[in-house]
Amino acid sequence: MGATASHLGKDLLSEYQVSNVQEPAHKRFTELLSREDKNLPDPRAPTEAILTLPELKSNPFRERIVRVFSTSESRDGLTFEDFLDLLSAFSDSATLEIKSHYAFRIFDFDDDGTLDENDLEKLVNCLTGETDETRLTPDEMKQLISNILEESDIDKDGTVNLSEFQHVISRSPDFVSSFKIVL
Amino acid sequence: MGACVCVCACREQRLEQDRELSSWRQRRRSLHRSLKRLRADLQERLSSLVLWRGDIHLIEGMFGTGILSYFSFLRFLVLLNLVIFLLMFSFVMLPIIIAPHAGGNVTFNQADGQNVCSVYPTSARRGLVIFHEHITDLLSGGGFLEQTYLFYGYYKVHAISFPGFTYNLPLAYLLVTVAYLCLSLVWIVQRSATGFKRNLIQDEDRFQSFCNKIFAGWDCCITNEDAARLKRSSLLYELKTDLEEERIKQKIADRSRKERCRIYTIRLILNVFVIAVLAACFYSIYRATIFSQKAQMEKMVQICYLPSIVITLANFITPLLFSVIINFEDYSPAFEIRFTLMRCVFMRLTSIGVLLFSLWSQITQCKEGPCLCGYNHQLYSCWETRVGQEMYKLTVFDFIIIAAVTIFVEFPRKLMVNYCGCGLMRWWGQQEFAIPQNVLEIVYGQTICWIGTFYCPLLPAICTIKYFFIFYIKKVSLVNNCRPATRPFRASSSNFFFLVVLLIGLALASLPVMVGVGQINCSQACGPFVNYTVSWEVLPRTVSLLPNKALRDLLFALASEAVAVSLFVITCVGMFYVIALAGAHKRVINQLREQLVMSGSARNLKVASSIPEVALSETPHPDCSCPAGCRPAGLTPPPGCECIHEGVNVSRYCEALWVI
Repeated sequence: MGATASHLGKDLLSEYQVSNVQEPAHKRFTELLSREDKNLPDPRAPTEAILTLPELKSNPFRERIVRVFSTSESRDGLTFEDFLDLLSAFSDSATLEIKSHYAFRIFDFDDDGTLDENDLEKLVNCLTGETDETRLTPDEMKQLISNILEESDIDKDGTVNLSEFQHVISRSPDFVSSFKIVL
Repeated sequence: MGACVCVCACREQRLEQDRELSSWRQRRRSLHRSLKRLRADLQERLSSLVLWRGDIHLIEGMFGTGILSYFSFLRFLVLLNLVIFLLMFSFVMLPIIIAPHAGGNVTFNQADGQNVCSVYPTSARRGLVIFHEHITDLLSGGGFLEQTYLFYGYYKVHAISFPGFTYNLPLAYLLVTVAYLCLSLVWIVQRSATGFKRNLIQDEDRFQSFCNKIFAGWDCCITNEDAARLKRSSLLYELKTDLEEERIKQKIADRSRKERCRIYTIRLILNVFVIAVLAACFYSIYRATIFSQKAQMEKMVQICYLPSIVITLANFITPLLFSVIINFEDYSPAFEIRFTLMRCVFMRLTSIGVLLFSLWSQITQCKEGPCLCGYNHQLYSCWETRVGQEMYKLTVFDFIIIAAVTIFVEFPRKLMVNYCGCGLMRWWGQQEFAIPQNVLEIVYGQTICWIGTFYCPLLPAICTIKYFFIFYIKKVSLVNNCRPATRPFRASSSNFFFLVVLLIGLALASLPVMVGVGQINCSQACGPFVNYTVSWEVLPRTVSLLPNKALRDLLFALASEAVAVSLFVITCVGMFYVIALAGAHKRVINQLREQLVMSGSARNLKVASSIPEVALSETPHPDCSCPAGCRPAGLTPPPGCECIHEGVNVSRYCEALWVI
């Protein structure tokens, strides 16, 4: 775990952002701002406006994504820098480390640094749907969570921490292609 | 490993650093940066030139990555066929075409009328030709199409002598055939290499599937609300199926001995039934081919197309039959899908084999004992053209069937389901895009193309055009008529599955080509190999005519048995080595995993018992620090962030953001 690896990643990413991502991203971002906010020096787009983006509208984790990338104290709304962070984390050129790090934070619903059973249950319910007929039965949920923990919890402490999560993600062939948003 | 992305902070840092450096270094850095930007720009522009990029992106957004893999597979086949056609064209057809313009002198194979084998009655229609006969000729490859560049029989060239060198056309024809088979093999293997590696890892770690489905299950590319709803329901369905499969596996393990005997007897009976059905289908294909060949004189379209019709019917009925039978065999759901698929693959590809076998039996068997010319010259004065015509007919018929099914079955079905609310329609439901069946269709077409290119050199071009139109037909049908399959196909393993089936098709296609080139006597009346007994003979004869004796001896030595056997032995040894290496790696991985588990639990015990004073504090230990410039700030540290405490390294409690 060294700072040098991430430094290289930052460099490459910023190159990509400057040339290919910034201009279209800025255009889309300013469309989300209200008229008064456009004149501010560092405008912050409100969460409701961001959730109307077509790329995020259908995503079940959209609120978590906005919360994770937001830098304000109340975790509400994104500045343009935050927006760029979001796009670069979801872009093709982000490495698996970056993507898995952010995925972990998105899935960690209670922000305690580990994925415990409640987090996993909320995660599965987000994936399958909110209504009663689209949820798993409690027995199935228990069976599913115990299967997930069996596969990913290496030190058998009942929760999935970041390293275990990254280990599981590195063996997951679909992750890179599904954790991708293209504007 | 502070895996965070800083845009403005990094840029400010970089600008500050820039100011400190000398101006020369600054210029070098900015040049470096602009070169990188130029390269990224160029890559972006090149990738936008990729065929159908916009269409495939649209499909990906609407239906996800499973169906996307089918369309990118189709695109791969279009490119493959185009490349094969270019090979064939530039080495076989181009010299003939440019010979008169480049001062070349074409030497034709002389057909001396004395030899009864070299009589080739022209099949061109004489007299007044009715219009519909042109259509019949176009569909069956006979009549006016027979003596064109389309078929093998037209290439009666022995050599083309350009000023300066002589172009040996028979040799070129043979080498291009070998080249396109090898090229296809190499390209497919290269494309499937990544998928194969992943599949190996996945197989070894069979219990990874739940994590993959949950953590990587949501396809963030989906932008359409309907598609999102469908994705959610398909995920739910997949999870329920997997959990049910686990329960079934448990039930199977708990089966009593009496139940097991009963199940095995049922499976045996059903498998015998399946083999009987397959044998019946193959026999009907055999008889249909022989009947159609004998009745070739009638030139009726129905008779010409009889083998194609029988093959298509058989390939339509058998999958339905297999999917009904598999329900009684009581396998686990995943195995059911795979087994049915394997049966369908076997059925499709073997039906082509049976067709070719029946053709071969017709060609090499004469009425009175051994054949005079080595082949049946009474029925087939030019048997290669005949085989080419059969492959041509199969290709054309396949295309017609795909287009007809889409237009006359899928569109009306959608209209009826939408506008007629009766119970039957609702039960039948909207069309599902069944990926495996569609893939088998196009692999079948590609296998025919590989077999037929030797006998019908323009077939790759026809296949390119055919797949080009099929892409648009399927895309329109998908967007307008279909809903995604309720049994979702994994994107990662599906690419690998397509390429494996394609490889099986390639292996099957090389067999008839090899038999045709090396075994059956080539026609004396047509084609480039008139002066040789078998087509393969052109190669040894050319080698023996080489001026350089050392090269000649080397090439003959390479073809001898000694080299072949030693190559085989070396390959076997290499394979055993690689298998042993893989086994050793697997063992090491298992050991390391056990170590992790043990050390984790040991540490838990140790920490819990021997260092009770390690308070899992809320604030981080001063030795844990956040890497400079890393965002976001303000995140509460995970509980228990300690680095070194009383000589014990408990740094594993430091999560990603908090480095020592």
